[in-house]
Amino acid sequence: MSDANAPRVRRRALRDATTESPAVRRLLIGLTIAILALLLVMPLVAVFSQALRLGLDQALATFQDPDAMDAVLLTLLVAAIAVPCNLVFGVAAAWAVAKYRFPGRAFLVTLIDLPFSVSPVVAGMVYIILLGPFTPIGGWLLEDFNIRIIFAVPGIVLATIFVTFPFIARELIPLMQEQGTGDEEAALSLGASGLRTFWHTTLPNVKWALLYGVLLCNARAMGEFGAVAVISGKLRGETVTMPLQIELYYQEFRASALVAAFTMAAVLAGLALITLIIKTWLEWRYADQLAATRGGH
Amino acid sequence: MARFRFREPSIIPGFRMAFGFTIAYLAIIVLIPIAGLFLKTFELDWATFERIVTGPRFLAALKLSFGASALAALFNVVIGVVIAWVLVRYRFPGRRLLDAIIDLPFALPTAVAGISLGWVYSPNGWIGRLFAPDIMISYTPIGVWIALVFIGLPFVVRTVQPVLEDLDRQVEEAAATLGARRFTTIRRVILPTLLPAILTGFALAFARAVGEYGSVIFIAGTGTGVTILPVLIVEWLAQRGHNAIALHAAAAIAAVMLMVSFAILLAINLIQAWSNRRFGRV
Amino acid sequence: MDISIVDVRKEFGRYPALNDVSLTIRSGELIALLGPSGSGKTTLLRLIAGLEMPTAGTVLFGDEDASRKTVQERNVGFVFQHYALFRHMTVAENIGFGLRVRPRARRPARAEIRSRAVQLLDLVQLSGLEDRFPAQLSGGQRQRVALARALAIDPRVLLLDEPFGALDAQVRRELRRWLRELHDKTGHTTVFVTHDQEEAIELADRVVVMSQGRIEQIGSADEIYDSPASPFVFSFIGESSALPVVVRGGRVAFEDTDLAISAADIADGPARLCVRPHDVDLGEPGPGRVPGRVSLVRRSGAGRRVEVVAGKDAHRVEIEIPPDLSPSVGSTVGLGVRRWRLFPERAPAA
Repeated sequence: MSDANAPRVRRRALRDATTESPAVRRLLIGLTIAILALLLVMPLVAVFSQALRLGLDQALATFQDPDAMDAVLLTLLVAAIAVPCNLVFGVAAAWAVAKYRFPGRAFLVTLIDLPFSVSPVVAGMVYIILLGPFTPIGGWLLEDFNIRIIFAVPGIVLATIFVTFPFIARELIPLMQEQGTGDEEAALSLGASGLRTFWHTTLPNVKWALLYGVLLCNARAMGEFGAVAVISGKLRGETVTMPLQIELYYQEFRASALVAAFTMAAVLAGLALITLIIKTWLEWRYADQLAATRGGH
Repeated sequence: MARFRFREPSIIPGFRMAFGFTIAYLAIIVLIPIAGLFLKTFELDWATFERIVTGPRFLAALKLSFGASALAALFNVVIGVVIAWVLVRYRFPGRRLLDAIIDLPFALPTAVAGISLGWVYSPNGWIGRLFAPDIMISYTPIGVWIALVFIGLPFVVRTVQPVLEDLDRQVEEAAATLGARRFTTIRRVILPTLLPAILTGFALAFARAVGEYGSVIFIAGTGTGVTILPVLIVEWLAQRGHNAIALHAAAAIAAVMLMVSFAILLAINLIQAWSNRRFGRV
Repeated sequence: MDISIVDVRKEFGRYPALNDVSLTIRSGELIALLGPSGSGKTTLLRLIAGLEMPTAGTVLFGDEDASRKTVQERNVGFVFQHYALFRHMTVAENIGFGLRVRPRARRPARAEIRSRAVQLLDLVQLSGLEDRFPAQLSGGQRQRVALARALAIDPRVLLLDEPFGALDAQVRRELRRWLRELHDKTGHTTVFVTHDQEEAIELADRVVVMSQGRIEQIGSADEIYDSPASPFVFSFIGESSALPVVVRGGRVAFEDTDLAISAADIADGPARLCVRPHDVDLGEPGPGRVPGRVSLVRRSGAGRRVEVVAGKDAHRVEIEIPPDLSPSVGSTVGLGVRRWRLFPERAPAA
């Protein structure tokens, strides 16, 4: 401030040793904003803009199509089965892995994470090979019980469970490992039963992580495309979920069908945005009660 | 010698139930179906398998899948490191919003991403029209690459970000006192420290890209000849009917893809183990 | 080359970390910056290095104004508290880093950098570890590597931030002696920061005692121990107790008791009487003695520690007596002061 005789030199020297020059900083920030706007925000905006291209009425007309409503209902049904299944599994797996020590624990965690690295198409396909109508198990179920799995709702549910398998477990495992067994031992030593201990001690400790996991699991369950596409057979009104219905509309090559496709997409995009907002809020508000790892999936 | 115990003694109840349920569920949903796929592949005789994996359609799909995935993951590494750097090191209005937006590809259903990217980059779309008719993006390998960049971006950012946050500023100051200019410090000190995270992010983005179907199918179109491995599987499954060979062929490709996934998973674990051993806990 | 810090002021936001500090470090000297945390000692060290820039004032390296130079240009060797080694580089690569990043014209050949690293490892007594990674070294070894790395660039001044802070007591003592020997051998002007008075007194030629962003005293170990310039220095260096007294006409009074102490050179008014535990004797109450009551007696090494509560406001005075005396707790006693320091009470700082 006082060194008026060498202002230029001083300004250069005053820069912190561990930051870049303002020009570089501005360039990098600008680059980041441009890339994210172009790559991520623009497609999101495009969905809504294309849905409303022919006006709101036309967009809303989509839901008068019985196929569209069936797709919505099927999607809700599938998520309503798949998410609770994985919730129960996630809690059980986290309990087993985090509260006890046994050989092969790390390997078990790797296996639980496995579905994340399997292509959705392959995930759908393994069930076709195992349970298709021409396989021993699939044939037996079809002939003796008249239960169809492939090209039917059970297959869609199975494929959805597969691809959303690790979401809840992987949120809970690191957190419960971090928390250790102290609280449970205290509760048990005070005379609580195993179930009461779980309900009143363990669950409250992980409730936000659980919600976080359920949120991500649900978003993926409702949005899954590849695995379901392979296994559904795409029978309109019967085995078509919302993402599949988008594809069917898209392939019709009519302006109104295109609007319907984007409208359906906009509903799912809205769901994704809500998921992101709640997720961000959870990360901000309950950062300490979520697992330390914030890696991708 | 003490009798072998499967687990260390613990007063906490419920191990049998939790462990048993976990294993059973894991086996039914994941392990048995995957084993079934491999068994199916073994039904194939070698000559047929060879014919499938040397066929021109398979080779073209293989090349596009791995080529586009590698290029997309590479692009994501460069841009992902820059984004992670900006989000961790700089404070500017809207930073938290950008940070939240990074996860959009995780949250957005792939079909939604696909239909939107397909339109934006089509000759009528917002970006496609800037390049058409000289450069077509949708329905070409460039479009596939863009979709794979979209879905892979968060992986690199989210693996590099926490490592960058934990980086000790004193290490950078040390480099500065030793005479290193800022750029030298970044190149010689910071980037090598981030290398394990960068490799992991690359592997995750690459693995996801190789398996991706939903967002690609819309931008690649059908009947355009732009075919990646998962699309090839779906095509062969569709023309299956009672044709056992097509099912086997699809199973063979799926098995190859699974092996690739396992290899990548193994590579990621090796990278982590290597970096833990050499650099201490990362 | 001398280093002068002239009227340096440093503010973080509106909080002043350093208040108009001036200090001259002579060439080849080993200086300790000693003070409690928050005293500004690390800030001063970082200002010399160029890791921080002063809000006002100058730092001179010899005659040239170093404030106009970036940290890269200053050529200082800095050893960080947690060493800040590059964990992806081997020990030899760490040490050679400063040479390798020089502009091509001044950069030694690859083989020369390597041999310089080996030579320095020899100097810090770690020969044979050049291809280890930092994660494979003990804390003391890392410390020496950090030092070798700082020495490799032939620094004009060596700056160490709490160099022994992260080590256990045994290693600390060894390294301290070793650092002194190294300094005598290489003759680098060296400044180190510590909060450990024992370390500062044992190692440094001169000690700079700092408190709340100001230099309280600069002097040799004897000077700051025997003639502390302020109550802060007196209490920070060694153990001490303090009593509020009043000086009037060269006489010193504690509450109503006139102490047999002359204070001819001290102006009238409130003052602080500072004493060390072994400079006080315990006896019967009487004229010229501080009246008090024994509140605690415990064995301490070769002697016995007695805590006496003196006066109406129960000021605690710690004294050390021979082990054969053992006053009972609660007994009334009188304290005779053999050696003391009197500090006029400073008006509260503005």
